[in-house]
Amino acid sequence: MKLSEIARKLELKAVGQSDLESKDITGVYVSDMVSDIIANAKAGNLLVTIQIHNNVIAAANLVDISGILVTQGKQPTEDVVKMAEKAAIPILSTELNGWQVMTKLYEAGVR
Amino acid sequence: MNGDAPPLPAPGEEVLYSESFPIRGNDFEHGGSVAARVKVILKQLGIPSDSIRHLSISNFEAEMNVIMYADEATLELQVLSGEVRVILADRGPGIVDLDLAMQEGYSTATPEMRQRGFGAGLGLPNIKRNSDVFSITSTVGVGTTLRYAVQFEA
Repeated sequence: MKLSEIARKLELKAVGQSDLESKDITGVYVSDMVSDIIANAKAGNLLVTIQIHNNVIAAANLVDISGILVTQGKQPTEDVVKMAEKAAIPILSTELNGWQVMTKLYEAGVR
Repeated sequence: MNGDAPPLPAPGEEVLYSESFPIRGNDFEHGGSVAARVKVILKQLGIPSDSIRHLSISNFEAEMNVIMYADEATLELQVLSGEVRVILADRGPGIVDLDLAMQEGYSTATPEMRQRGFGAGLGLPNIKRNSDVFSITSTVGVGTTLRYAVQFEA
């Protein structure tokens, strides 16, 4: 499923400049531990997390994560947004918590 | 994916590419940047993508370990036919109990590191799991040296 379709269905806000149309999501990985994210998230996954600092962007980029969905209204800083733009990893944000986002992703057809 | 022999360059072995990357302790701002540079190099050299993934995981963990715990280090990358080796020697406090450090879930991360999502106690185990060859030596008060390698069909 295209990241743009997920963003539309879940009414997610894009943070910074990103091309949601070109990003295909192969699955979802949910984690707030960096070592868990880098070891277990698969290429093409949408990462759902509350961690949004530069080391997470670096980890996501190393394992080719397709997008990051930040929960609970957390806002990345400007340098993190710039880093994600450079790595072409879209950041989306929602006020919902992790569990609420999971149910909505499932309802939207993400498996 | 475990081996016992450290990935030392043997006499007569041809190193196709090598480069050294400095890493500074406490440099969270650039955490992961050495791993990212190595990934680009490995891609350009045509290393298989699953090997690049394994190495990227290890390089990131090793780099973050230096940033979190050591003063400084050099990551040495050696690309050979069918094998990529990494030797990461740091100057730092060293590790008192290596068996404990290798144990999943054991961590000495500070509350600040944990807040950033580190301290799962998975760093060194992740490196070992993603390597075909792995060794670690450490001297308290001097530093730690990691050697790991990923092998593939040349």
